[in-house]
Amino acid sequence: MMGPVLRATLLRALVVLLCFGLLAPIVIVAIASFSGDGYLKFPPETFSTRWYARFLGDPRWRQAIANSFMIGIMASVLATLLGFLAAYAMVRASFPFKRVVAALLLTPVIVPHVITAVAIYFLSARLGLVSVRPWIAVAHSLVALPVVLVILQSALRTVDPALERAAMVFGCTRWGVFRRVVLPLALPGVVSAALFAFLTSFDELVISIFLAGFRSETLPVRIWNSLLLEVEPTIAAVSTLLIAVTTLALGIDALLRRRRLGATPAG
Amino acid sequence: MEGAVALEGVTKRYGAETVVAGVSLAIPPGEFFTLLGPSGSGKTTTLSMLAGFVMADEGRVMLGGQDMTQVPPRGRGLGMVFQNYAIFPHLDVAENVAFPLTVRRAPKAEIAARVAEALEMVKLTGFERRYARQLSGGQQQRVALARAIVGHPRIVLMDEPLGALDKNLRYHMQVEIKEISRRLGTTVIYVTHDQEEALTMSDRIAIMERGRIAQMGPPRDVYEKPETAFVAAFLGEANLLPARRDGDAVAGPGGTRLLAGSGALAAPQGLLFVRPEKVAIAPAGGRTEGANSLPGQVRHASFLGNVVRYQVEVAEGATVLCDAANGAGTPLHAPGDAVRLSWRAEDSRLLAA
Amino acid sequence: MPLKISGAFLLLLPALLLLVALFIVPIGWFLSSSIAELGTWAEIWAEAEDVLLSGAVGRSLVNTGAIGLIVTLLTLVLGYPVSYALSRVRGAAFTAILLCIVLPYFTSTIVRTYAWMVLLGRNGLINQILLGLGLVDEPVNLLYNRTGVIIGMTYVLLPYMVLTLYAAMKAVDPRLMQAAEGMGATPAQVFRRVFMPLTLHGVVAGVLITFILAIGFFVTPALMGGPGEIMVAMLIEREVEITQNWPSAALMTVVLLAVTLTLYAVYSRFAEPGEALR
Repeated sequence: MMGPVLRATLLRALVVLLCFGLLAPIVIVAIASFSGDGYLKFPPETFSTRWYARFLGDPRWRQAIANSFMIGIMASVLATLLGFLAAYAMVRASFPFKRVVAALLLTPVIVPHVITAVAIYFLSARLGLVSVRPWIAVAHSLVALPVVLVILQSALRTVDPALERAAMVFGCTRWGVFRRVVLPLALPGVVSAALFAFLTSFDELVISIFLAGFRSETLPVRIWNSLLLEVEPTIAAVSTLLIAVTTLALGIDALLRRRRLGATPAG
Repeated sequence: MEGAVALEGVTKRYGAETVVAGVSLAIPPGEFFTLLGPSGSGKTTTLSMLAGFVMADEGRVMLGGQDMTQVPPRGRGLGMVFQNYAIFPHLDVAENVAFPLTVRRAPKAEIAARVAEALEMVKLTGFERRYARQLSGGQQQRVALARAIVGHPRIVLMDEPLGALDKNLRYHMQVEIKEISRRLGTTVIYVTHDQEEALTMSDRIAIMERGRIAQMGPPRDVYEKPETAFVAAFLGEANLLPARRDGDAVAGPGGTRLLAGSGALAAPQGLLFVRPEKVAIAPAGGRTEGANSLPGQVRHASFLGNVVRYQVEVAEGATVLCDAANGAGTPLHAPGDAVRLSWRAEDSRLLAA
Repeated sequence: MPLKISGAFLLLLPALLLLVALFIVPIGWFLSSSIAELGTWAEIWAEAEDVLLSGAVGRSLVNTGAIGLIVTLLTLVLGYPVSYALSRVRGAAFTAILLCIVLPYFTSTIVRTYAWMVLLGRNGLINQILLGLGLVDEPVNLLYNRTGVIIGMTYVLLPYMVLTLYAAMKAVDPRLMQAAEGMGATPAQVFRRVFMPLTLHGVVAGVLITFILAIGFFVTPALMGGPGEIMVAMLIEREVEITQNWPSAALMTVVLLAVTLTLYAVYSRFAEPGEALR
């Protein structure tokens, strides 16, 4: 039979192939977006930034960028704030039905987005809130909340409760304990959560399809609407922007993570 | 009376379990008072109620003569040293020590002066800019101590602060803590499960067992005159021999007539208590000291450095521990030797089982 | 000092309010109101039978289930080796593999779908390779059919499977396998008798969560599928956006929701909720 070495080599080759397969589509799109040809060719024969020019020169695309960032920031702030409070309660308090509450707070991830989207649209249509950007942000923060909760509960668990007790004995109010001890120590986690909340909103498509009108298209919605008409190369440029934002967010998070794990202290 | 601490019938229940049951004590200002007991005895919960982390179900907590039972921790003006130091990792030593003053918005100049003073007292001058992860356990403990005293509180609570340190360091810290508290005149309430530590440091000890105070008093009193078998066994080695009343004396193992000191039990039977170091050992037929004496055979001899500990089997299979000082020219007895044990009546007490 | 229950409640309130106002209430209202439109229980039942067992919807339900299963199986087969490698390596190799999972994971579904649309087109890279290698004589139709949908969905769902499997595999104590080897087991036996049983719960969790996500899929089948790949989520979207047939949408939602929640209940027996998100 095959020796363990051969099997290990086969496994290694397989994994490398699969990893390549995972990254390749994204990388290919990014490269193809610089193609100078009239349609998406890979590998590109000529290089140019014409698709980016097309993309950034189109007022509708620019509006979509603005919408995506604006909504993303609002959703991030809201989800992080709500999530922080809830995470603190989950980590520090003991109360009946805690597991039920925990499961409940995670259901927006499990229920198919389409159902959530349709239901929110149903509500929004009746309340006249379709195409209202802050409202879209609120809807996004709903689906970002579970991610924030997982990250922040993990971060808050690293804060020793004895530190909070010490702060209390030495004169802090509950708010003081938050401000002087909990928040500074949980800050890397908070930033991380905010980043991922932003990403979740930035990438979100299904809810946005229903809630965005003409004026409030986000980038993913605009891509969707474009793709329904034709698969055109400008979309590659837009996609690359989205990929870049994702990469940047992950990069910042990785940097923060390294800093958190025993680098020089702040201040 | 600033610095006085009193608990009046304090009780705490968690569900069906009563963790602290009707504890009452009064501590005068400046006393070093220790709550001693095994885990589960309620000592930590009692301390938590003094600090205000836990609210008593019944009774009153009096600090400085004022009823503080419902007051949250920040309103009690206490200093506290925690078990694992609880040094804020995101602040340096100076900021940690300054914390109680910073929170109360003291003027900068005053903070600087007091921090310097506190650090000097714990011998950490020069460590201001260091962070917790750069300090050893002993140094962190001193930072915690400095932080506890910087605001000159009248009362300081200490929750098993030396548990994580090695033996040598612990001894030195015990001395330092005692020194500092004496210098500042603070009332200290100290919680530990280490009886040696309690005996070394305290003005008075309260031994807790299952939520109640079993006995309270100065170290020597509690050690030499325990009132229950639990207290006797907890505070060091103790011989507890089954015994019955026999008139105004006691019948020990093998029916030997033994005399007990003051505080003898009214019940018909119990345990005769005597400390190993109070028991003298001599070859069988040798001279005995003290009114009580028992013949026996050495089962085991352990050389402990400053003391030789003998396990001597006496009548009815009972064993007596005898600690003989390893003095100059003291003969050593070997296992199998027939010996005679003796001790004074006043070193013995009859305790409930 | 543990937080008082009243304090905890206050802290949880905003998040719970969001959940109730934007999730529980809308879904409940949508379903009850839309279904009530149909009239009496008898009428509702009749309409349900009509709609759900009818041609289009019935077929889409079958499609959804079938595609979901195929995609789940594929992600399991492809994901298992990757998870295994991820759980066994350290340092640079670990970071590299993790990057290959995490970057797609956090890239928008629509971008990932689009990427495959580009690759699978008649002039796309895959066809170029196939033609170049002489495996085919003319471009293969890889898009707007089941093949395309399956490829696309497998790609999108692979990270979820990998991460779930990884969590279970990481938890296996390597010393157990060393012990088995020490007792004379061959690598194949160690794998079969020690590793697989210990990671089985992870496999089950991974399968469940991937299937749950797959049956709710909308974007990928809509863009990459043909008429034979209409999945339930797509139909729901159409009924709302185009036909404005809320009752019909509601009925389909009930079915999808029921299946999803049931599977989730089973899933939470096998894994900590939130593990898939880590």
